[in-house]
Amino acid sequence: MAAPCVSCGAAASYRLFLGGRVSFARGQGLWKAAAAELQKSTGCQILRLRHTTAVTRKNVAALRRETYTVDFIKKQIEEFNIGKRHLANMMGEDPETFTQEDIDRAIVYLFPSGLFEKRARPIMKHPEEIFPKQRAIQWGEDGRPFHFLFYTGKQSYYSLMHETYGKLLDVEKHQDQLQAKGLFSEKTKTKDPIGSRWLIKEELEEMLVEKLSDQDYAQFIRLLEKLSALPCGAAKEEFVSKFRRSVTIQSKKQLIEPLQYDEQGMAFSTGQGNRKTAKAEAVVYGHGSGRIEVNGVDYLLYFSVIQDREQLMFPFHFLDRLGKHDVTCTVSGGGRSAQAGALRLAMARALCSFVTEDEVEWMRQAGLLTVDPRVRERKKPGQEGARRKFTWKKR
Amino acid sequence: MRAMVPGTAWPRLLGAGVRRRPLRLHLVQAATPGPAGPSGRTLWSAAAPAAREPERSSDLSDRILNEPLKHSDFFNVKELFSLRSLFDARVHLGHKAGCRHRFMEPYIFGSRLDQDIIDLEQTAVHLQLALNFTAHVAYRGGIILFVSRSRQFSHLIENTARDCGEYAHTRYFKGGLLTNAPLLLGPRVRLPDLLIFLHTLNNVFEPHVAVRDAAKMSIPTVGIVDTNCNPTLITYPVPGNDDSPLAVQLFCRLFQTTINRAKEKRRQVEALYRLQAQEGAKGRSPADSSPGAQVGLDLGHSP
Repeated sequence: MAAPCVSCGAAASYRLFLGGRVSFARGQGLWKAAAAELQKSTGCQILRLRHTTAVTRKNVAALRRETYTVDFIKKQIEEFNIGKRHLANMMGEDPETFTQEDIDRAIVYLFPSGLFEKRARPIMKHPEEIFPKQRAIQWGEDGRPFHFLFYTGKQSYYSLMHETYGKLLDVEKHQDQLQAKGLFSEKTKTKDPIGSRWLIKEELEEMLVEKLSDQDYAQFIRLLEKLSALPCGAAKEEFVSKFRRSVTIQSKKQLIEPLQYDEQGMAFSTGQGNRKTAKAEAVVYGHGSGRIEVNGVDYLLYFSVIQDREQLMFPFHFLDRLGKHDVTCTVSGGGRSAQAGALRLAMARALCSFVTEDEVEWMRQAGLLTVDPRVRERKKPGQEGARRKFTWKKR
Repeated sequence: MRAMVPGTAWPRLLGAGVRRRPLRLHLVQAATPGPAGPSGRTLWSAAAPAAREPERSSDLSDRILNEPLKHSDFFNVKELFSLRSLFDARVHLGHKAGCRHRFMEPYIFGSRLDQDIIDLEQTAVHLQLALNFTAHVAYRGGIILFVSRSRQFSHLIENTARDCGEYAHTRYFKGGLLTNAPLLLGPRVRLPDLLIFLHTLNNVFEPHVAVRDAAKMSIPTVGIVDTNCNPTLITYPVPGNDDSPLAVQLFCRLFQTTINRAKEKRRQVEALYRLQAQEGAKGRSPADSSPGAQVGLDLGHSP
């Protein structure tokens, strides 16, 4: 009985709200009509409807930006801590030393979820990670704002610009003083630019808890670059490094197998590779004359096409080790070109053990260590091939 | 047709833009804890003996606020500068005669080799009025906003504002910052009570938008107007050079000193009144006689 009334009440209030926005007179008419309609059904619901309309009207502005009060966040943190202790007790572990990883594992155990979207699965994290960071109220009891750049609108960004510019001026003054004393030396020892990058706009926005425009961000980075171009002391380096993030070099993840030694003391290394449906395994020996044996047959006989043989030679040619290694390999599946590609990858991976880290990085950049992801695309119905359509006839 | 003034939440300093109401005492209440009676309770929660205390506190706050208004130069701002110091800071140098604004002609002394020279005697008078007004605003706890759009002095002005505990805006001025403040800055924001323009023009040599907006929002302005500026909308124009570094540094120093002096004076006066009120309360409890200590304001001001 209550459900239909509530739904009709909600619908009526929504209509009323919309009507109110467009024109007050029309709203009034709608309100009267709705009131009459409700009076026919249940007299007591009108009061509730009146209350609902007032509430919806007032809360429009609030709904646009959900602001979490400080008290609300504090309550959430308390609830989280209590919940953490309960969870620890449930799992039979010590509540004092219950870490976030333990919480995650416990949740995965207690609420197994088959959902594919990881973000839709149940989580239990500290409220600071869930609720977005927000600005507390910016002024005191007497109405005076706390920050001296409050009236600019973007106080954190502009105060950061002010601070950075201040540092730039200090550095220039210091340089002038040194030059006056004659102690100025032209050496510019810049920090290694490779391996770190400037923060991106999103990271800066997160740091400042403020929205920025692209021009603001570009201006800030330009100022930082100007500052970092000047030679100066450790304090500035520390300031600038706050805005740099390290870039993880991809090849560090490359697992380089150590060299193995057989009975004669010859160093060798194995590598595996695949391309389309071909799978290959190669054993590269440390010393040799550049002989390559594929499936027990010399590569000149196995691969009659020069292109395939060139593919096999490429890793050695790249590292200038053409006649220095012997290779024994096996390959199966695929066609001739796919087998050649698989063998190339296997040999390059095996060669990583014989070679320095820099050369491994160069090989990676040359694409020798990347698996070619291209596979045959399936044929689709209604088309002749994967992409080829049937001949289009106008009539 | 009066727009919705956001300042209705906070009592505006000069009662500007707000309909007349009884003087709100919250500015003073926060500072003066009131006569510390034997129970140490606050003003409004006390019983019968406190019947006279509200009058006394309003009396005191009235005295604190009105006493400086009875003197023409309560804060003695005249001693901060002299004609000589203005001349040495090159405040008299204006732009070329071709850049002259028509309304600046009364303030120009003459022109030498096609460069306008500003009349420093008029400047001195206007500067004294402006500094005096700034001091009064600072004394009454008003929010002062330094505005400028010159990139050369932006850092200096922001430092000045920070050092005297006030606010600065030397960046791109967003459209409705003053006129649409509840939307841009927050629902119950308090607007500045005084705007100080160190450069009235923006980077394209047009009058700064804040001049017009402050006039719209009934916010008084103090502005350093050069020979190419329009002084009409500014409440306390100060004709002077705004391009030389020395001149701008001088003005920043002057404003900083006046504001600090006024705030210091306010702190002293409140401490003094608090002491007097305490003594008065102690004197009153044995003998319930004359209200408070009739101490005149014998502060070190020049008449």
